Amino acid sequence: MNHFESELELLKADFVKQWEAVHLQLKSAMRALSSMNKDTAKEILSQEVKINELDLKIEKNCENIIALYNPVAIDLRFILSVIKINSSLERAGDIAARVAKFVIKSGDDFYSDLITKTNALVMFEEACELLKDTLVAFQNNDSQKAREIFKRDEYINEINKTAFLNVIDSIKENPEEIEKYLKMLSLVRRIEKAGDISKNIAEEIIFYLEAKVLRHKGK
Amino acid sequence: MQKLESRHINVHYGTTQALKDINIGIDANTVTALIGPSGCGKSTYLRLFNRMNDLIDGIKIEGQIFVDGKDIYEKGTNVDSLRKNTGMVFQKPNPFPKTIFENVAYGLRVNGITDQKFIEERVETSIQQVVLWDEVKDKLKKSAFELSGGQQQRLCIARALAIQPSIILMDEPTSALDPISTAKIEELIHELKTKYTIVIVTHNMQQAARVSDHTAFFYLGELVEFGITKEIFTNPKREKTQNYITGRFG
Repeated sequence: MNHFESELELLKADFVKQWEAVHLQLKSAMRALSSMNKDTAKEILSQEVKINELDLKIEKNCENIIALYNPVAIDLRFILSVIKINSSLERAGDIAARVAKFVIKSGDDFYSDLITKTNALVMFEEACELLKDTLVAFQNNDSQKAREIFKRDEYINEINKTAFLNVIDSIKENPEEIEKYLKMLSLVRRIEKAGDISKNIAEEIIFYLEAKVLRHKGK
Repeated sequence: MQKLESRHINVHYGTTQALKDINIGIDANTVTALIGPSGCGKSTYLRLFNRMNDLIDGIKIEGQIFVDGKDIYEKGTNVDSLRKNTGMVFQKPNPFPKTIFENVAYGLRVNGITDQKFIEERVETSIQQVVLWDEVKDKLKKSAFELSGGQQQRLCIARALAIQPSIILMDEPTSALDPISTAKIEELIHELKTKYTIVIVTHNMQQAARVSDHTAFFYLGELVEFGITKEIFTNPKREKTQNYITGRFG
């Protein structure tokens, strides 16, 4: 392994570590939400600092590799993908933190019922699985697995649509609680966004492996 | 019609085959970079276009090389005229032991031009083309050896341009130059391609990526890949090309 390849391996190790950490944060956020456990939520917020630190480290290392090694072809696509996926992972970490803040500030029985009614946890579970599978696709250089993410994200979108209609109905039935319902809608949207993030990551994996740009195109 | 074209070119140095069935077409007013490890045949290929290889003992050239649609290896080809149309720049600047002015005027004089006013005008135009005029206009009668390496190389390009070729062949033109001189030559290549067809051999991959429109990757006498430079350096089609440009060769 030459010097450049060693640098890439070091970067990849940090990158995978970040990917696993963000996945764990999302899983913890899901658990905190399902049991409205404020201690788990606080733990997520304390871990968020480490995610942000590693995000900056990975970005800096990408910048250094571009400046020092002038990567081309698959190496260049790898670095560009790392930069974009790293940013996506950081956003996924933010979602976990926002869910944790929601649990700390708003966790009560009112929301527990609504979470069940909107299938928010089913969505969340699938979003966590998607993120885990993007990592598997990346580690195995498996663009087919990355492509499967697109279809599975549509499932999350469907649940989101139904959840939206459910909440609207609830608002009509119980308009004095509109503020709480809107907070719930916002939470559901965030979880749906976590699925979108995995879709964006899958696009970047395909760009890295196949040099095909899928953004803004029908899949 | 393409400006330059090679069809089924095979070149042997004695029993060693240096080029194997090379087929490339090069459009006018483009820059084509030839890349590949030492001994891959890229310089041999470059020198086919002005028949410089003819001077090598024991060389055997098969196939056809077309310049402006004419096979330059056909019997009866006027090699002097061919070379007048094809300027060449080498790895190390090679000014003649003459004044700056006479270096550029040399090609005109050997081509029989005696009109001093015409020569002066052409010398000035050529030196201006290589963005050297402001640096040398007050010392045209001084020896070319007094110039820096980068200035000497630009002077050699001016010397090549003075006889108004349509093709410029460059064999590692910046390998002996510092980064500032290299940047000037690269900028010059970019300017010159509006008027000339340029083929450049380089070991500097980033230079090939920066200056050329098309890139040809040679390995062991074979043309592994020829294509648009942006594609070669972002998504090469052949694994061998990818391994070479990413430094994972061998």
